[in-house]
Amino acid sequence: MTQMKETPKTNLSTPRTPDTGASVSLQNLVRSFGKVRALDGLSLDIAPGEFMALLGPSGCGKTTALRVLAGFELLDSGRVVVDGVELSNVSARKRDMGMVFQSYSLFPNMNALNNVAFGLRMRRQSSQVRRQKAGELLEMVGLSDQATKYPHQMSGGQQQRVALVRALAIEPRVLLLDEPLSALDAMVRTELRDQIRSLQQRLAITTVFVTHDQEEVLSMADRVCVMSRGHVEQVATPSELYARPATAFVAQFVGISSRVPVERSGSDVIIFGQRCVVRSGDANAVMGSADALLRPEDIAIEVDPEGKGFVTRKSFLGAVTRLVVQVGEIPVRVDIRSDRAGEFDLGTHVRPSIVARDVLVAARKESLTVDATALK
Amino acid sequence: MASLSGARYGFEEAALEDQPAPAEPPKKRRRIRWWRFVVLFLAGAYFFIPLYAGIKFSLENIAGHFSFQTIQELPSSPGFTGALALSLKLALVTVILSSLLMVPTAIYVHLKLPRMRRLLEFVTVLPIVIPPIVLIAGVLSVYPLWAKSSPYLLSFMYVILAMPFVYRSLDAGLSAIDLKTLTEASRSLGGNWIKTMWRIVLPNIRPALLSATVLTMALVLGEFTMASLDLWTTIPVWIVNFQGAANGHIQVAASMLGLVGTWILLVLVVSLDRSQSRYTRRKTGTQ
Repeated sequence: MTQMKETPKTNLSTPRTPDTGASVSLQNLVRSFGKVRALDGLSLDIAPGEFMALLGPSGCGKTTALRVLAGFELLDSGRVVVDGVELSNVSARKRDMGMVFQSYSLFPNMNALNNVAFGLRMRRQSSQVRRQKAGELLEMVGLSDQATKYPHQMSGGQQQRVALVRALAIEPRVLLLDEPLSALDAMVRTELRDQIRSLQQRLAITTVFVTHDQEEVLSMADRVCVMSRGHVEQVATPSELYARPATAFVAQFVGISSRVPVERSGSDVIIFGQRCVVRSGDANAVMGSADALLRPEDIAIEVDPEGKGFVTRKSFLGAVTRLVVQVGEIPVRVDIRSDRAGEFDLGTHVRPSIVARDVLVAARKESLTVDATALK
Repeated sequence: MASLSGARYGFEEAALEDQPAPAEPPKKRRRIRWWRFVVLFLAGAYFFIPLYAGIKFSLENIAGHFSFQTIQELPSSPGFTGALALSLKLALVTVILSSLLMVPTAIYVHLKLPRMRRLLEFVTVLPIVIPPIVLIAGVLSVYPLWAKSSPYLLSFMYVILAMPFVYRSLDAGLSAIDLKTLTEASRSLGGNWIKTMWRIVLPNIRPALLSATVLTMALVLGEFTMASLDLWTTIPVWIVNFQGAANGHIQVAASMLGLVGTWILLVLVVSLDRSQSRYTRRKTGTQ
């Protein structure tokens, strides 16, 4: 049984090394709400000081996993182990975990300073220590001048920054972030995202971040755990997740993929009349009809009046322009450099080709009944 | 060909055309809605005419002239002070009992049993439907003598009578805050349930608590049936039973004082809440 820290031993204003963080192990977690199984044997190991993101669609169990870790939800079975100590039956207030919530969770009856100092007050810190430490933390996020303001007098971004340092004030072993940026506007979100990452790296605190926003995940996390229907689909670094998705679900959920029916040719597949190598491990896993999951950058296009595809949509994204090319009945997304965008007007006939060294193949979706040979 | 395909697939590329500047909306003429004043006047008349009549009657002497004589005689009227003291004590005990019962219940239901809110609403409305005479008759036939010999048995009855008002005030107050997130935030920061309630939940539902308190006190100070049947002389019972003056000036004066007293209480409670908020802001340096 863990005990609450009596006094903070380290100063939050000084950088720390990764070994100061706690390791977290979620072992075979099962949690049901009525007939719905929110967590279905979830297992995940998080290294000390690591920034782990839980990513998945609504209802995949990511928030439940975070709440189980925080101690707000009871488990049907499984174990939550932090630094080798099982916490499954330890109450939330004794787990030493700081949490930032999606909705602004500042206490409306307290000003910013007292909000930050609340956790220290619960740990029986003296008034002087509380004020000093809360002041330092507010300064760290540039909110010293807001110390005496009440939540209703602050903007959403300011409130979330106060909530962040309030969670950090108790020097938690694990920092839990439950979609803390989702209620903010785009500019504030980017700013706060950078601030959270910077603080996390500086304090080397083990962090679990729940979100459904891929951009946040890919830019912030050390590793990402993609979840679906209460279990883990893949745990990998953001770049690995994007470049080498382990499953069709991951490929379609993370980044953008086009699903193109393929024709088998031995161990390879034929896409757009071109022989392609199947990513190792996939060929045997998929029996029968199959689709290739292609990233926009896996495909190249050339203007060809005889080509079977033609451009139906064109979106400028800055350095690249995304085109939707209709090949038969299949819409395929292709990225081109924006300086080439002029070559591809809407309706231009093009010839697509695969430039990726191998392709991810998944079992054919039932809704796709297109004959692969039509795409040759 | 290209344009045909484009039309078929709904191209997103939109032509940037010069849009005409939107015309300024015409300034609306502010119309005075006279019927609002009529409604306000009628409602005001409905409430204030009886009050005016009562106050005028209580401020007249036997000859029909304006006088404070009745008000001056009131404190020295036999039994008045005792009845007032008893009513105030009952009101205080009822507020305490009601808060102890309803505040934790409402918080628990909001946090843990949100599906039970409808049922609880229904249960708390029952005292409005069931006549007080039924309640007190049942209680008097069941309770032991030692319980019936104490006036505070009435407070337990009044808790039931006040339930609809108390629960609805608390329910509104709790619905206005994100109770679940606030309690979870407090717990994750190390707060136990008592500290979470005391430092987080109760301060944030203070207006609801004050509203419940005022409503309970007003109800207790005006309740007649139960007190009368339980043979305790509270202010309403005293007003009905007072035999000191045949013309009714004293009774009406006592009623008016009760009404004014409740209003003063209401104003005091609201002012207390506001001054407390101002004090907190000044103490923490917030503008």
